[in-house]
Amino acid sequence: MSAAAPAAAHDPHRLGHHGAGPHPGDHGPSPKRIIVGYGFWIFLLSDFVLFSGFFAAYAVLAGATAGGPSGRQLFDLHSVAIETACLLLSSYTCGMASLAVAARSQLWTQLSLIATGLFGLGFLGFEIKEFVGLIEQGDGPQRSAFLSSFFTLVGCHGLHISVGLLWLGTNMAQIFTKGFTGNMIRRFMCFSLFWHALDIIWIAIFTVVYLIGDGR
Amino acid sequence: MLLGKLSWDALPLHQPIPLVTSLVMVLVIFSVLAWIALKGYGPYLWREWITSVDHKRIGVMYFLLGFIMLIRGFADALMMRSQQALALNAPGYLPPEHYDQIFSAHGTIMIFFVAMPFMIGLMNFVVPLQIGARDVAFPTFNSVSLWLTATGVLLANVSLGIGEFAKTGWLAYPPLSELKFSPGVGVDYYLWSLQLSGIGTLLTGINFVTTILKLRAPGMSYTRMPVFCWTSLAANLLIVAAFPILTATFAMLLLDRYLGFHFFTNELGGNPMMYINLIWAWGHPEVYILILPAFGVFSEVISTFSGKPLFGYRSMIVATMAICLLSFVVWLHHFFTMGAGADVNGFFGIMTMIIAVPTGVKVFNWLFTMYGGRIRFEVPVLWAIGFMVTFVVGGMTGVLMAVPPADFVLHNSLFLIAHFHNVIIGGVVFGAFSGYTYWFPKVFGFRLHEGLGKAAFWFWFIGFYVAFMPLYALGIMGMTRRMQHYDVAAWQPYLLVAAGGAMLIFCGIACHIAQLAVSIRTRAQRRDETGDPWDGRTLEWITASPPAVYNFAVLPDVKGEEAYWLIKQRAIRAGHFAKEPEYTAIEMPRNSPTGFVTAFFATVTGFALIWHIWWMVLLGLLGAFATFVVFAWRDVEEYEIPAEEVARLDRLRRQVRQVIINPEART
Repeated sequence: MSAAAPAAAHDPHRLGHHGAGPHPGDHGPSPKRIIVGYGFWIFLLSDFVLFSGFFAAYAVLAGATAGGPSGRQLFDLHSVAIETACLLLSSYTCGMASLAVAARSQLWTQLSLIATGLFGLGFLGFEIKEFVGLIEQGDGPQRSAFLSSFFTLVGCHGLHISVGLLWLGTNMAQIFTKGFTGNMIRRFMCFSLFWHALDIIWIAIFTVVYLIGDGR
Repeated sequence: MLLGKLSWDALPLHQPIPLVTSLVMVLVIFSVLAWIALKGYGPYLWREWITSVDHKRIGVMYFLLGFIMLIRGFADALMMRSQQALALNAPGYLPPEHYDQIFSAHGTIMIFFVAMPFMIGLMNFVVPLQIGARDVAFPTFNSVSLWLTATGVLLANVSLGIGEFAKTGWLAYPPLSELKFSPGVGVDYYLWSLQLSGIGTLLTGINFVTTILKLRAPGMSYTRMPVFCWTSLAANLLIVAAFPILTATFAMLLLDRYLGFHFFTNELGGNPMMYINLIWAWGHPEVYILILPAFGVFSEVISTFSGKPLFGYRSMIVATMAICLLSFVVWLHHFFTMGAGADVNGFFGIMTMIIAVPTGVKVFNWLFTMYGGRIRFEVPVLWAIGFMVTFVVGGMTGVLMAVPPADFVLHNSLFLIAHFHNVIIGGVVFGAFSGYTYWFPKVFGFRLHEGLGKAAFWFWFIGFYVAFMPLYALGIMGMTRRMQHYDVAAWQPYLLVAAGGAMLIFCGIACHIAQLAVSIRTRAQRRDETGDPWDGRTLEWITASPPAVYNFAVLPDVKGEEAYWLIKQRAIRAGHFAKEPEYTAIEMPRNSPTGFVTAFFATVTGFALIWHIWWMVLLGLLGAFATFVVFAWRDVEEYEIPAEEVARLDRLRRQVRQVIINPEART
């Protein structure tokens, strides 16, 4: 058995040779971490396509204010800046959580994830405040096509953050009860990819909706 | 209100046709369930099929789903053909509001619940075997995909008995599909059934892209993959890139309908043409999602039955990927009449014609593969040849309509209907049946009855031409699509002929059912003993028929294109197989009810959303989340097949395959 162990490392599929030929496919199936990460990347790409649909709709309808207010009259860049800071900080603490997971530290993982969740909630709070304010002053999504597309694009991101928070809680509970098993580490990896991807989307929203919209 | 918009009025008590059909449907479902209960098949079905995460079984269930829905969608087709045959200066037998639901349901069902399950079913069964993998990348998600598709099917069919289906055509163009003009639940049934099954399709796309790119056997590099895997890869890339657009578009229409948004309305800045652009930005890639796997099937079938490697293997790959990219830059040809101007229409017209180039490359490759080959005219080849003739005709009428001025005349006419049936029946459906006949022995271990298969082919083939060539003529004569009645006497003879063609296709479907029944009854004489009934060239034929659950006892060592052909020829030359490998235990994913339970809650949620039963929506969503958590909490995900069992099964496989290298050994 002792002789077979190193041989298995060179020849995992027992082909009689170690299989590493000149072609990328020569190594055989990838390890689970790669498969899960890769699949999740593909999902994220599809999610970006979903958002690009809403971005396209926003771009088409941004001028269709139907006599109602435009972005310039509605957006409060001050509040949006704090919102953005919350989200970026939550990404920072999520990065800290990655380090804590790599160090297998339960305490720091949980603390960083709690911070991530709180910043995420803060972001969501500001967004809800903005939405409620707009609806209360009669500028809800039913007011014009521009506002429909604004609420949908930003709201879709907010919905993703909410689902992310739900996932975050589940992930924390799982890491707490089950420890750093292979599955938990892979799921955390997917979560952190998801969370950072939402930052990228937010940067696009911040630019396309708020910055450009405020200058319009 | 506890039940939202749902009341007794939703039942079609005063409409005899939906009433009788839905009663018959309910009766059939209950008798099947009763039969299962009486025979005690329930536990077996639950254990071995409903909760199965085996890609082979999921593939079979997809195909079965597609076939049942083919019958449903075809019943709609027969009703339309007979209505139009009768409705010259007359109301016919279908009132307009019912007729409109029939053509909408026909299109929706045929594309989403027949063509898609057929192609995804074939991919499920074949792709992991062809790349030398033991399963797909995410087996449980695969089961979720299947059952979410079933959710969509169920919701679309429930609309027959409870409420109504969309009366808007299969793509539900606004403003007609907006609440103001379609206040009923029909459009909601349409939207939710497709949103939910769309999630399943997206998961399939992610799963198969990952599987094909990351799970290939050692040595199976990109330029050694069978063409079916390449076309499946292209189709799944298109799913990943295109289905989210559909989800976003439907989400916008749903927001318009449910919350009074103004994306596509006529008021307050809404833009209906944006919907039409968005839906076709999904819709055109969608037709390639359907046809590319079919191209893959024909490549496999023609190469195998010509006894030759595929001609121009690499050009086939390039052509596939070229089509994959080009499919995203032609969407506007579906509505040249929008008025985008000559430049825009010119661009999209030319791009559309360019797609004919890679497609032409493929057709010539198939022809050159056959040229000089010893062709065996088995049933799969008949479908393939029927496809080549039919598809080229359909392709040419497509190029004709890609000319914008011609399209202004033909737009929305029966010429268009004839064109897309020409490519979808002649391409996708023929491809599905070719693949079905080709891989059936691998799936079940016995061949299908040949005579009935040939009869089915000829009925379909001739029936297609009789049913749809008159529609080309009618289109040129000016008949538009979706007419419940008309007053031009000159059209009626053509419509009568078309109805006759539909009856021929009906005979074709009957032959399929008879073929399946007869083949199962006489399966003892049709056994595929060796696992290689057609003298195949790709890796699925190295396995037993049906393959062991783990597919490969040891992963195959791929040395070149046509992996199995090389191994087989080497064994024949040497007179014996390669040395028996050292067997080890194999870990396989455990079955899981997650897919079925998720789909159950998705159905509850979808139904509740359609009828505005908000507490039930909440309940469904909570159930789905709970299912997800329970699934995520399980500790044991795999079970082990002991090395002795693997060795026993594989020695059996090696033994029955002796006849391949030594035909005299057959006793």
